[in-house]
Amino acid sequence: MSNSEPTGSATERSTAMRNTSEIVKASVKKRYARETRFRLFGLIAILASLSFLAMLIITISIKGYPAFTQTFMQLEVILDADTLGLDENPDVSQLLKANYSGAIKKSLLQTFPDVKKRKDKKALYKLISKGGQYDLQKKVIAAPELIGQTMTVWLPVGDDVNSYMKGIVDVNLPEKKRRFKDNQIGWIESLKSDNRISQRFNRTFFERGDSREPEMAGIKGALFGTMLTLVVTLVLSFPIAVAAAVYLEEFAPRNRWTDLIEVNINNLAAVPSIVFGLLGLAVFINFFHLPRSAPLVGGLVLSLMTLPTIIISSRAALKSVPPSIRDAALGLGASKLQVVIHHVLPLAMPGILTGTIIGMAQALGETAPLLMIGMVAFIVDVPTAVTDPATVLPVQIFQWADLPEKGFVEKTSAAIMVLLAFLILMNAVAVYLRRKFERKW
Amino acid sequence: MTISLLLLLIFILTATGYVIGRARVAKMRNQVDRSERPHSLPRYYGYMVAIYTALPALVVIILWIFFESTVLTGLVSKQLPADTQALPQGQLNLILNDIKNIAVGNMSQSTADPVRTAAADHFSRLLDNSQWARNILAILVALLGMFFGYRSIHKDQRARVFVERAIMIFLIACSSLAILTTVGIVFSVLFESLRFFDKVPFSEFAFGLHWSPQTAIRTDQVGSSGSFGAVPIFAGTLLISAIAMLVAVPFGLMSAIYLAEYASPTARAWIKPLLEILAGIPTVVYGFFAALTMAPLMRNVGEAIGLTVASESALAAGLVMGIMIIPFVSSLSDDVITAVPQAMRDGSLGLGATKSETIKNVVIPAALPGIVGGVLLAVSRAIGETMIVVMAAGLAANLTINPLEAVTTVTVQIVTLLTGDQAFDSPKTLAAFALGLLLFITTLILNIIALRTVRKYREQYE
Repeated sequence: MSNSEPTGSATERSTAMRNTSEIVKASVKKRYARETRFRLFGLIAILASLSFLAMLIITISIKGYPAFTQTFMQLEVILDADTLGLDENPDVSQLLKANYSGAIKKSLLQTFPDVKKRKDKKALYKLISKGGQYDLQKKVIAAPELIGQTMTVWLPVGDDVNSYMKGIVDVNLPEKKRRFKDNQIGWIESLKSDNRISQRFNRTFFERGDSREPEMAGIKGALFGTMLTLVVTLVLSFPIAVAAAVYLEEFAPRNRWTDLIEVNINNLAAVPSIVFGLLGLAVFINFFHLPRSAPLVGGLVLSLMTLPTIIISSRAALKSVPPSIRDAALGLGASKLQVVIHHVLPLAMPGILTGTIIGMAQALGETAPLLMIGMVAFIVDVPTAVTDPATVLPVQIFQWADLPEKGFVEKTSAAIMVLLAFLILMNAVAVYLRRKFERKW
Repeated sequence: MTISLLLLLIFILTATGYVIGRARVAKMRNQVDRSERPHSLPRYYGYMVAIYTALPALVVIILWIFFESTVLTGLVSKQLPADTQALPQGQLNLILNDIKNIAVGNMSQSTADPVRTAAADHFSRLLDNSQWARNILAILVALLGMFFGYRSIHKDQRARVFVERAIMIFLIACSSLAILTTVGIVFSVLFESLRFFDKVPFSEFAFGLHWSPQTAIRTDQVGSSGSFGAVPIFAGTLLISAIAMLVAVPFGLMSAIYLAEYASPTARAWIKPLLEILAGIPTVVYGFFAALTMAPLMRNVGEAIGLTVASESALAAGLVMGIMIIPFVSSLSDDVITAVPQAMRDGSLGLGATKSETIKNVVIPAALPGIVGGVLLAVSRAIGETMIVVMAAGLAANLTINPLEAVTTVTVQIVTLLTGDQAFDSPKTLAAFALGLLLFITTLILNIIALRTVRKYREQYE
């Protein structure tokens, strides 16, 4: 209350103050409403993101879980040598080439003797998967003395029957609009009432490589490819990243060169992954002539990509080791390198490992750079060496997602579930390591 | 003898070197006279001999592998008949490829003509000789190195210093790999891009409005000769990125504000990792989701309100990409918001502002540079994102800003141009590298600006 303002008496001033407080009081409600609204927006943003996460996982699980079961059909297969095209005493090479699909077709016709028309026969044959003959082949080779007898086998059914049994086929559609026809439904229902249809765990999915037939396609090839690629990535990126982090954190003098390295590492961490793919294509494949589609090249590209991630987290781990440890070791006469190798590195190791696992998880989910180096080819065989043509799980998902057959939708989703399971596992290990070995200095 | 066997042998020699080097010094350690004792611990002498053994041998092997194929190819092509040698380079390369395939057994001999079979025999003989020469040379060098290292052991020799210097060189080399990678990226895209701009003028690429990279295989074929106007691609990339940012920025920022200012510590401890799961999901999964769930959903919703939505609409791809980027924006913003000093909040609250007013008028303006930096990083991510757009966006380059239509992006074009078999020096494949160069430069500039801003902001409050 200064006296320098002679205008306005005490009463005037008090009305002005009352006005201000009235204004404030009047606006308080509005302001609180705004406050609540603002807070609500924040909550909505979080809930929306989380509900999206839930939606993603739920839709994929719903689509994917049917792929883990496969329908089997019981058949009485007559293994007579004529149908199979075998001699009296067949050797293994003959057994490999025998006509198993003919035997299966014959026994299907015997089960449904009233099927006569060519078109109907074709529909009937489709009930059994094309892979059924390989299963039969395996069984016959294991027990060749069965030739000439009747064998009761469970064989995998075709893609359409599979979808029908899982309830994916909409039976209410007019017959012309669906691939699975009424007569096929009739056959399956009659088999079902005889207890000759059963649903089992789909082992094929984990035991076979890629295939053009959805019910025969598996992820074993992709899993092995992923494993080989990740091994190459880990072997290359872990030692290099740790060495780089140790140098930059413990030894590097502050000069232009180290500044340049730091800027480079930070930038590389944000370079789009597809650019690394272009690098791999131009340098490793076109310049060094390394084999295309090989886990070796994939691992090289991915390790260049994950290096910045591992370096950055390793540096953070090294930084968190208190200087007193270094001082104590130096005081006892250790050389600088001995200090780092004997004391600092072991203490920083849990943090470094956590960063490495996170980098590996990132590499596990990466697709784009691998498309560039040709890991997108259709490969049936399971790779056994780092120079074999291979594909990896995310690329397999990408390939299956493009295919029109309905059966591949569930295979794709199931492969995604496997991929996510691995990612969750790796992250869980990282979190566990961090919790278990985290030290407060 | 295969390369892995050779490496195993070198490894055994190295281990032997370590053992004998160490053993030689171990005896000297028991001297009574201190001045007669060796300078370093015995194991350092062991390491020293091991380094002398392994390093030169490995250098020999690497150099051999590097030059082997060039030298052998040269030798074989000299042996070919004169008329074959006179063929143009491309055909000659094909023949040489055949020869190599026959020699390695990838191709059956019966289908090949006698010239190739003979050359293949020659090649496989040469390959055999070369491998023997390599193995013998490598082992010889290793033994020589071991001998030299062993002989050089002396009590005054500073083995530890030697070993530590070698390790230091290794450390420096590893950290310089980052620079090498950047240089590699720049060169690999730059050279191919320059070759592309030889064939297609830069002005057409940068300002042309028509993109159809399909070139006819034979010159007499009917069909487009390929046009490389990249404007529709840039427009498509910007459109999809803009949609993504429209989703990611508000949601990410509001989540960050709520987490940093309102949420209880327990809620924060649960929600933050959950949000980060979104960032950890592979992009191919998002792509699958966008193509299979989001795009049909958009189309159905569009039909319901009377709009035609393309099945590969920019909206679906952008939306899903935005959701993917939410955790990116939110965790970066969260960092900068929590870095704003508490005193600034207290001042504002003490003057009677509500919490939201404090956030809007004090915290956000103070954190703005950091937030902008984070958003720029997110933009660079959106531009470079590949799998979502490859799976959910279109291939045809439409010049439009209607988010309901299909557009294509830089990354989609790179993938489609480079997957599949084609001649490597056609303008079509080279165009992919030109697009890659552009992508790299754009994201590099965005990253540098963003990282600078964030860094400056941090320094301001630390």
